[in-house]
Amino acid sequence: MMDQTPLIETVNLKKYFKTGRGMLHAVDNVNFKIYKGETLGVVGESGCGKSTLGRTMIRLLEATDGQVIFNGKDILKCSKHEMMDLRKDLQIIFQDPYASLNPRMSVSEIIAEPLKVCKIYNNKKDIDERVFELMETVGLAERFVNAYPHELDGGRRQRIGVARALAVDPKFVVCDEPVSALDVSIQAQILNLLMDLQDKFGLTYMFITHNLSVVKHISSEIAVMYLGQCVEKAPTDELFENPVHPYTQALLKAIPVPNLKARNMQSVLRGEVTSPIDPKPGCRFAARCPYASEECTKAELPLEEISQGHFVACAKFGHK
Amino acid sequence: MAEKLLDIKNLSIEYRTDDATYYAVNDLNLSLDKGETLGLVGETGAGKTTTALSILRLLPFRIGVITSGSILMNGEDMLAKPESEMRKIRGKEISMIFQDPMTSLNPVYTVGDQIAEVIKLHEEKLTKEQVDKKVDNLFLMVGIPAERKTEYPHQFSGGMKQRVVIAMALACEPQLLLADEPTTALDVTIQAQVLKMMNDLKQKLNTAMILITHDLGVVAETCDKVAIMYAGEIIENGTAEDIFEGKDHHPYTVGLFGSIPDITSKAKRLSPINGLMPDPADLPKGCRFNPRCPKCMDICREKAPEVIQMSDTHTIRCHLFKK
Repeated sequence: MMDQTPLIETVNLKKYFKTGRGMLHAVDNVNFKIYKGETLGVVGESGCGKSTLGRTMIRLLEATDGQVIFNGKDILKCSKHEMMDLRKDLQIIFQDPYASLNPRMSVSEIIAEPLKVCKIYNNKKDIDERVFELMETVGLAERFVNAYPHELDGGRRQRIGVARALAVDPKFVVCDEPVSALDVSIQAQILNLLMDLQDKFGLTYMFITHNLSVVKHISSEIAVMYLGQCVEKAPTDELFENPVHPYTQALLKAIPVPNLKARNMQSVLRGEVTSPIDPKPGCRFAARCPYASEECTKAELPLEEISQGHFVACAKFGHK
Repeated sequence: MAEKLLDIKNLSIEYRTDDATYYAVNDLNLSLDKGETLGLVGETGAGKTTTALSILRLLPFRIGVITSGSILMNGEDMLAKPESEMRKIRGKEISMIFQDPMTSLNPVYTVGDQIAEVIKLHEEKLTKEQVDKKVDNLFLMVGIPAERKTEYPHQFSGGMKQRVVIAMALACEPQLLLADEPTTALDVTIQAQVLKMMNDLKQKLNTAMILITHDLGVVAETCDKVAIMYAGEIIENGTAEDIFEGKDHHPYTVGLFGSIPDITSKAKRLSPINGLMPDPADLPKGCRFNPRCPKCMDICREKAPEVIQMSDTHTIRCHLFKK
């Protein structure tokens, strides 16, 4: 697997926002590779730059610096015209199924829109056929074809979002918290659907979430982000069995487990995410870290490989 | 056994609109002792919030109607009380934490003033200095520096706002706290902080709590008793041990557990419940869960199941367990 060329790769990707109080480092030097048919889970708290990362990768936001290489081509350098073509391969499923659908369009219009924009079919009959095929793929009953989003519940709306993303046969899909607005039983249905579609169409996902237990089922590799930086990256099983970075450990401990024996209220992470505006050098987690020392804030900490495929950026634990 | 605080019997609530009548809560029975925490679990639309609002008599005027049943708090019937008396109870004896901390604070008042308002309303004898001191203590209790009381809600993060809301709810040391999904809008690490704080405060003040949530993990961390709701009915009720470690469960409870992504298990696929919650205007005949139930029998489509007593503490509403 490792000697393959990745489907999509980011090289020192940066996205800063100018604010009144200084530069906001939303994404700062992020590097990773995603191989075909695999899923990278990106985990972190709100405000750590996960969504910005997802959007920058498919150029919904312009990056400040760095490269995104898709199929051997730096998409950040593509012209508007070339980008139009690439959009077919790069799609996104948005977080909020309530806000990401146009309330004035019917289900069929929403799903047909990418087909029309990308000029895949040029007659109405083909488009209609494709819409019905997509609705069946994502498990939406045919009777909803003329319904409007407000008539449907959250789970069905998110299925429309999935159908719309799949309409143009993408190769890479960014799933930006696709299940966090849904009930548990519906959440499980959508997760299973996404996994089935991956098997069927060989899709590659980047799955963004704040919930570590959700990504466990769907990802092959997980990257943990904190304030715009990747602090730990490892294959899924390795990350859950052997979390090294103190932030990853804290995230894992914070998940409430439906098991009485796991009652554990003692080791709660203190404080909140600090400001991403003009951050100080060194480890950005140092302010909340129980193991922080002077060494942590001296200089930027690079990701170091501590075992096969397991990368950590930590002054104390991030060495072999 | 501890003293009984709240006793809800055969409660039914309907929402009446011009188009249809929605049966939000149907024949619900629930009881709570002093100092106890009850987890009320269910999907969106199960009637959890409606139940909580009915205890405070805050159902929408003329639309939400309690059609039968009684709600006894300390032996007194809450449904018979006049509005003027209810106003004295809300916030003092029973208070509620709403789901979304972003919308339950007034954006044009400082957070300190908003907390002081509760105290001023319910304890009129206190002087301004005493109220101020109490507000400072409340801030300290929920872990916010007291200097921040002059700030406005938009200056606080989500977790901090939820702390303010909790401080407001606990200002008069209520006997019963209704917490409606208090942590759903928060990040996991902040959720853990808020849950720990609520647990500590509950023990300190000996407050009983009804925790409404759809997250069974949160319930396992905090609750003594659990009631699982589906389509306005309690389909399983028991102690935390009954629900999390017991052998027999309602098929819906089994489905709920199957839907949770579990970080401790290796299973690759989840086993969710198929289908959706029924429309509360048009509930299915017989057992409400029968269209989605994997163990549905003929009788389930005909006759509504009765509540079956599995042990002293554990009840299930399902035909499967009928002897």
